[in-house]
Amino acid sequence: MATLQLHNITKRFGDTEVIKGIDLEVNDREFVVFVGPSGCGKSTLMRMIAGLESATNGDILIDGQRINDVGPADRGLAMVFQSYALYPHMTVEGNMGFSMRLAGVSKEERRAKVLEAAKILQLEPLLDRKPKALSGGQRQRVAIGRAIVRNPSIFLFDEPLSNLDAALRVQMRIELARLHDELDATMIYVTHDQIEAMTMADKIVVLHDGVVEQVGSPMALYHHPRNRFVAGFIGSPKMNFLPVTLASVSPEGVTIRLPGGGERSVPVEGQRLGANATLELGVRPEHLILDDQGPLSGQIKVLERLGGQTSLYVQMDNELITIMADGDVAYRVNDTVHFGFAPERAHLFDADGLALPSLQQHPLAGLTRQDNRAPGSPAEEPA
Amino acid sequence: MTTVSSKTAAPRSVSGWRSAQSKRLLLTVVGWSVAVVIFFPIFWMILTGFKTETAAIADPSLIFSPTLESYQEVQARSGYARFALNSVAVAFGSTLLALLIAIPAAYAMAFLPTKRTKGTLLWMLSTKMLPSVGVLVPIYLIFRDVGLLDTRTGLIIVYTLMNLPIVVWMLYTFFKDMPKDILEAGRMDGASTLQEVLYLLLPLTLPGIASTGLLSVILSWNEAFWSLNLTTSNAAPLTAYIASFSSPEGLFWAKLSAASTMAIAPILILGWMTQKQMVRGLTFGAVK
Repeated sequence: MATLQLHNITKRFGDTEVIKGIDLEVNDREFVVFVGPSGCGKSTLMRMIAGLESATNGDILIDGQRINDVGPADRGLAMVFQSYALYPHMTVEGNMGFSMRLAGVSKEERRAKVLEAAKILQLEPLLDRKPKALSGGQRQRVAIGRAIVRNPSIFLFDEPLSNLDAALRVQMRIELARLHDELDATMIYVTHDQIEAMTMADKIVVLHDGVVEQVGSPMALYHHPRNRFVAGFIGSPKMNFLPVTLASVSPEGVTIRLPGGGERSVPVEGQRLGANATLELGVRPEHLILDDQGPLSGQIKVLERLGGQTSLYVQMDNELITIMADGDVAYRVNDTVHFGFAPERAHLFDADGLALPSLQQHPLAGLTRQDNRAPGSPAEEPA
Repeated sequence: MTTVSSKTAAPRSVSGWRSAQSKRLLLTVVGWSVAVVIFFPIFWMILTGFKTETAAIADPSLIFSPTLESYQEVQARSGYARFALNSVAVAFGSTLLALLIAIPAAYAMAFLPTKRTKGTLLWMLSTKMLPSVGVLVPIYLIFRDVGLLDTRTGLIIVYTLMNLPIVVWMLYTFFKDMPKDILEAGRMDGASTLQEVLYLLLPLTLPGIASTGLLSVILSWNEAFWSLNLTTSNAAPLTAYIASFSSPEGLFWAKLSAASTMAIAPILILGWMTQKQMVRGLTFGAVK
């Protein structure tokens, strides 16, 4: 269907540069998620791809054609807005058929196409309703339907689920993933929710302050974050960071001295480190292991029992460390706990916040959502 | 514990209810008083129109035997219809023209604002602070030279210019309330700017446009300064019609009142029928 390339895209609003030179490649049929905190420029970037904002500099290419100067409707894209942006005075059918009405498509053909899209989205019984008579999830589906009938080469989603309640969000997430498989289309999706990014993306683009921090598969970002920002942003609860000191560097890894006094060797490349380098250790809450012989210890400040899991918030010097432990742990608040971690699951960051590269690649790091499908499943078969 | 708190709470809530009651009563009284004060002259005028000339100048009284005598005489003397037609043509013509100019202007200001948009709006409104008489002579001379004196076209142009600032300002506030996303969705769907305005903006802001138009019609209908100075007979609207009874026949209160009643009746009825729309339109920004 379509590929998208961005070459050194920048965007300025007056004196503020919100997008600071972004290069990106989106492959055919890929589900790409732009994720980042609010104000990172992800929505602006999408609006530039859509043609609703112009890029200050750089080139936007669809299928190799530069489209900077092409109008939004002529780029062959369709966009689903955060607010759905349905036309309140038109019926569902009118909403979905509006683009075709503008293009002068005959009434019969319009109806046929709308029905086809309505079928995919289970909207057939609602075609004569106005948007205000629809629930949030139904409006969302109409907005998606409006995009589908345009038969776009690339779908753009701008935080489409953020106005839905939690249960509906999970349901729509599954539905969108299914839709991606069914339509076999290239999709670009903007969100600030890293769970949406992790669950739906083939490729995640982490944006921060107008620059791309890292591009990669969800598992690559989780297991091999390039820097401290990505490490903290991807994964929930957030990764723990602890200041540590460098003990020695060998080809097998970097040996660090922990705050409690113990030493551990982490299998990462440390050749570029100076003798007195300041380092930060990063370990995810789910990778910290309660262990009476563990090298780290602290006092439990807060304890959250979720049933299957228990979150322990442990005070260690000035840091509050989160530990995801088994649901049935017997600890109470103010108990002192000892804990450790498997060195191969730990990350080290230098003074600039850059991760020291792992010596081995995680086996799932290259996995995309597409790879989760069994070979020969319906969407894989030639149409 | 519960009983104590309910005991202390009960009298307070009763007194609170009482003060809310008396406040509402006071507001109602004030509201009605203001309405009566404002409406009384109009009411008196309508009443006088149904009196005989002798009754009209006699001691003011609410009890009299109503007669259509004045209406018949007024009707016999001059053609009400001709004036009324002029009023309709000029009020609606100028409103249409003002909307045609103001809709694109307000669109640009609401959706493509620049650094100077706010300033432009204020400057436009500030022209309303100038007394009309200040530009009477130049406009009169220009109209005389281009042959617009005593023409409907001339009056339409003046009224359009007169109402344009208010019309643009009101449309601007209505357009600003329109979610930008919807227009952008239209643009993604392939709508040109004109289609965006015709298919999306106008249908969605129709209540606002209607109340703006109504206000413009009313202001044009009631305008007297320009109509008296720029027209004589051909294009004279109803305001000129009333005035024609005031000076030469100043003492004939009943006929003057009858003429005035006939002049304001159409706009009064229009206002009455659309008052819900008007109030909604005029308080739109405030309520939101």
